[in-house]
Amino acid sequence: MEKIQDILKKRILILDGAMGTMIQRHKLEEEDFRKGWFENHTHPLKGNNDLLSLTRPEIIEDIHRQYFEAGADIAETNTFSGTWIAQADYSLEKYVYDINFYSAQIAKKVAQEFTEKNPSKPRFVAGSIGPTNRTASISPDVNDPGFRGISFDQLVDAYTEQVNALIDGGVDILLVETVFDTLNAKAALFAIDQVFEKRGVELPIMVSGTITDQSGRTLTGQTTEAFLISISHMPLLSVGLNCALGASMMRPYLQILNQTCTFNVSAHPNAGLPNAFGKYDETPELMAVQIKEFLDEGLVNIIGGCCGTTPDHIKAIADLAATYQPREQLTK
Amino acid sequence: MSKYKGTLKLSGLEPLIVTPESNFINVGERTNVTGSRAFLRMIKEGDFEAAIAVARDQVEGGAQIIDINMDEGMIDGKEAMVRFLNLIAAEPDISRVPVMIDSSKWEIIEAGLKCIQGKGVVNSISLKEGEENFIHQAKIIKRYGAAVIVMAFDENGQADNYDRRIEICKRAYDILVNVVKFAKDDIIFDPNIFPVATGMEEHNNNALDFFRATKWIRENLPGAHISGGVSNVSFSFRGNDKVREAMHSAFLYHAIQNGMDMGIVNPSMLEVYDNVDKELLEYVEDVLFNKRSDATERLLEYADTVTGEGKKREIDLSWRNVPVNERLSYALVKGLVEFIDEDVEECRHQFARPIEVIEGPLMDGMNIVGDLFGSGKMFLPQVVKSARVMKKAVAYLLPFIEAEKDGVQSFSGKILMATVKGDVHDIGKNIVGVVLACNNYEVIDMGVMVPADKIIQKAIEENVDIIGLSGLITPSLDEMVTVAKEMERANLKIPLMIGGATTSKVHTAVKIDQNFTKDQAIHVLDASRAVTVVESLLGVRKEDFILNVKAEYEKLREHYEKHKNAKKLLSIEKARENKFQIEWSQSDITTPSLIGTQKFISYSLGELVDYIDWTPFFQTWELHGKFPNILTDEVVGVEATSLYKDAQLMLKQIVDKNWLSANAVIGLFPANSIGDDIEIYSDENRYKVIHIQHSLRQQTQKVAGQPNIALSDFIAPKESGIKDYIGGFVVTTGVGMDEHIARFENDHDDYSSILLKALADRLAEAFAERMHERVRKEFWGYAKSESLENSDLIKETYQGIRPAPGYPACPDHTEKIGLFELLNATEITGVSLTESLAMLPASSVSGWYFAHPQAKYFGLGKINNDQVEDIAKRKGKQSEVMERWLSSVLF
Repeated sequence: MEKIQDILKKRILILDGAMGTMIQRHKLEEEDFRKGWFENHTHPLKGNNDLLSLTRPEIIEDIHRQYFEAGADIAETNTFSGTWIAQADYSLEKYVYDINFYSAQIAKKVAQEFTEKNPSKPRFVAGSIGPTNRTASISPDVNDPGFRGISFDQLVDAYTEQVNALIDGGVDILLVETVFDTLNAKAALFAIDQVFEKRGVELPIMVSGTITDQSGRTLTGQTTEAFLISISHMPLLSVGLNCALGASMMRPYLQILNQTCTFNVSAHPNAGLPNAFGKYDETPELMAVQIKEFLDEGLVNIIGGCCGTTPDHIKAIADLAATYQPREQLTK
Repeated sequence: MSKYKGTLKLSGLEPLIVTPESNFINVGERTNVTGSRAFLRMIKEGDFEAAIAVARDQVEGGAQIIDINMDEGMIDGKEAMVRFLNLIAAEPDISRVPVMIDSSKWEIIEAGLKCIQGKGVVNSISLKEGEENFIHQAKIIKRYGAAVIVMAFDENGQADNYDRRIEICKRAYDILVNVVKFAKDDIIFDPNIFPVATGMEEHNNNALDFFRATKWIRENLPGAHISGGVSNVSFSFRGNDKVREAMHSAFLYHAIQNGMDMGIVNPSMLEVYDNVDKELLEYVEDVLFNKRSDATERLLEYADTVTGEGKKREIDLSWRNVPVNERLSYALVKGLVEFIDEDVEECRHQFARPIEVIEGPLMDGMNIVGDLFGSGKMFLPQVVKSARVMKKAVAYLLPFIEAEKDGVQSFSGKILMATVKGDVHDIGKNIVGVVLACNNYEVIDMGVMVPADKIIQKAIEENVDIIGLSGLITPSLDEMVTVAKEMERANLKIPLMIGGATTSKVHTAVKIDQNFTKDQAIHVLDASRAVTVVESLLGVRKEDFILNVKAEYEKLREHYEKHKNAKKLLSIEKARENKFQIEWSQSDITTPSLIGTQKFISYSLGELVDYIDWTPFFQTWELHGKFPNILTDEVVGVEATSLYKDAQLMLKQIVDKNWLSANAVIGLFPANSIGDDIEIYSDENRYKVIHIQHSLRQQTQKVAGQPNIALSDFIAPKESGIKDYIGGFVVTTGVGMDEHIARFENDHDDYSSILLKALADRLAEAFAERMHERVRKEFWGYAKSESLENSDLIKETYQGIRPAPGYPACPDHTEKIGLFELLNATEITGVSLTESLAMLPASSVSGWYFAHPQAKYFGLGKINNDQVEDIAKRKGKQSEVMERWLSSVLF
């Protein structure tokens, strides 16, 4: 299989779209999240989407298949909340390994299927590593700004477990995404570096930050460039942005990455901003018009979608991207 | 040769990009406990709000990186680093700049790295402890994503010439780049800026070698950057700002030319290169580049003319030409006693009654002093000098006043001051007394070691308005509670002010305030606050003021209770299981050359002068800042320099005329630990136990990997079969002081009296330092080759510690009793123990010597009742008795 680094020199790669949006279409109930695994669990589990890789694997498999069919080169595993920190809310810390391992296997199986069908377009699986629901550099207690709800060491511990399970499950890439607190991301990278050293392996790493609003900063206050500098100590495959913003609002920050980032640049914006009912209603056509601007400017090497995007969005983006050259990499 | 000069990218909330075209990057250094006394005090007192304000000032003042250092034996550096970094993370106007985590302790560096989301700088690592350690640390720093400063330091010591600088930097660079795979651009070298023009020939090339090494590194080690602390270069000219500023400018100019791109520079100590006097510049550059053999002499000569001019300007007598009232004000503000009798005499004839001179022009002058002090435009030493003028003036007028009937001066209030029973420390109390007297309060000073009943009796007799208590040692805290209770019982309805080094607002709120309901107990942080507090307590708004204090203390009590419950203490058994582990090996232990005691009577004072640590001396006078930088400090520099000059003059007299005698006794003995006790044996047979030292163990719940330490952990356990040793010492420089103090007091000269006490304290500490050095090198001899030549520059930590009973590692004052007996100290040195176990004379130091390489200072923290009962049993005392002695550390 051709190496992803080499393919990136030739064309823009397509990342898949939202997992949650697709799961919502199935109108799942509490029992779907328990089936076969957690029938007697004491906590309500509905909404803990990562569990579906265990309880309704066929749904997850089908979503990956739809995205690959739409033209995605890279599928993200269904493991956004696959750390003991995030799972602690459901008292499911013990199942973190299973969530990550099986999610990786499901995605890998579908990817192999597609690669075999068309070896000239090999498909990759990126292990999704979310930010957890805690921040290492902001206090949850307004009265005590020095307090922290989670420590760096705890994050490293949680990410180490997740990364090991993802690698065991066969992922090709690790994707540290939706970074709203760079310190959390640094803990993830710290864990990854340690795991690589221990196992003697090295996978490509993608990092994707989240600029929360038009102040142009992460939740913890870093500018795009400061964020980039803070994570550049690792040899990354790409640095990019995802979530929170629709494509047009993300553009100015992608321009900054384009000018300063010596790695590949990725973007997976939301389908616009949520409407009054929390639904994303930007159509594939509308989104493609905005993505076209990225492509005209040559801002990205990897493009996909975040909240609200569907296989239709990815198809529109993939068709468009096929006609463009990838962003030229800066030399160090 | 490489043309690649590298781009260093750092980040806080915002990026900082250092390119070859960038201007010099200025690193803010005030958030550093080793460099700023004021900052240290804030951290020690847990005043993080003020500490954060310091960081903010730095950033607003233009610092592009802030250096943060918490390396202080008396604070938990790791905890302080983490707390401070977490707090500034919440301050976007500070955290926008990158952080430099500055520590010589790896655990603090690593704890700091875990708190910063941006890309910071570690300051610093070196090859000092070998390659393995260096590689290990560099690898971890890389994993945390920080840049690193590497000191030019290896297994053989600090690089002090050109060849050693480039050899070490090259070696470090190769390891970082080839072995660790550290990003070249993230490597910063500190090739050691050392002083020049020291008079020692081997220092002549210090600047030149730095320039050459900087140039070489920039040309041969692609990507690497250069940093350093610039003020070191002018160290030998401290006190002479003009020369120092010129040296800094010229040094920086050439260092930057050669490739230095970042560092620590005090902007207020920097002249614009082009503005430096051309003649001076020539001399400075001759020195920096070692251009001629007489370069140092020529600069020194020139430097003398600079200070000479300064002195001439000081003797300006034009103020003598103004009317006498203004002359009196001037003399008071400037603290000039020379013409005071003459002026007072002249003034006396202008008024109907002599008292009017005091109530008129003299009080007017003192009001100016009070205002200036209150608004921070005058400093304590000046105020004390002003008081001396006032006292002399009053003394001159007194016979005339007494010759009249009802010539009574009207005061704003009457204040009784005393150092409590068992305590002998009175410098702070005397300063407060002077400041109050300056503000027209009548002060009745009862002196030191005053029992509660005497205080109450006097207060009633004299009908005073306020009682002020002072004390330095921890048992005094209890004695203050006793006084409060006695005041309550005596129904004494006047405010009680509490002050002194170990006192605190929290202690006052929790322990004193609640025992005294008749009026208000209030903590006074330092002399500068005393006047405001007294004014508020005696003014018409007293009720409002007290309401505020009450509310504040109530909050403090609540917070204390909350905090107290939040903190967890281990049982003493559990704490013992987590003792500090040393792998005992006979080879780590040196048999002392001296076994038994040795006495030193009338030790050479001259020898001690170089060992004086001046920084605490300035602190006594409420001038905060590290010596020698304080002499050139923007705010207090002038006053600090003037005080320093007075101190030097008096010090010369103390030494030349043998005002004080320095006596000491040291002892070194075979010893082994049994649990938390240390058995001390009469001789090498280790059969006869002549003393047991009982140590206390930390009981605070520690994070994983951190031990619960007791001093006994540093002595080999008896069962190990390893022969270990312990030492003890008592030194004093207070003998003979009383007659001089009496002389000054008769002369109404509080300034000289306080100065002498403060100097004697410093000499005692210096004596302890010197004896410790001699113990390390001669009497114990475990560090025979120790050489701390550059000790003024770089605080090199030597092997071994000398903890003192009553201080954080060993808060148990009762340990002094055994120590004194063991050394027969009272008979030999003349130092005795009071009932609260304070040493008399006050300028004395006592403690234990521990020599193991892993022995370190620590703070005991809080302990639980179970340990109090345990130690009481071990000591054969009642638990209630030990509980009282240990109440300040009791949970």
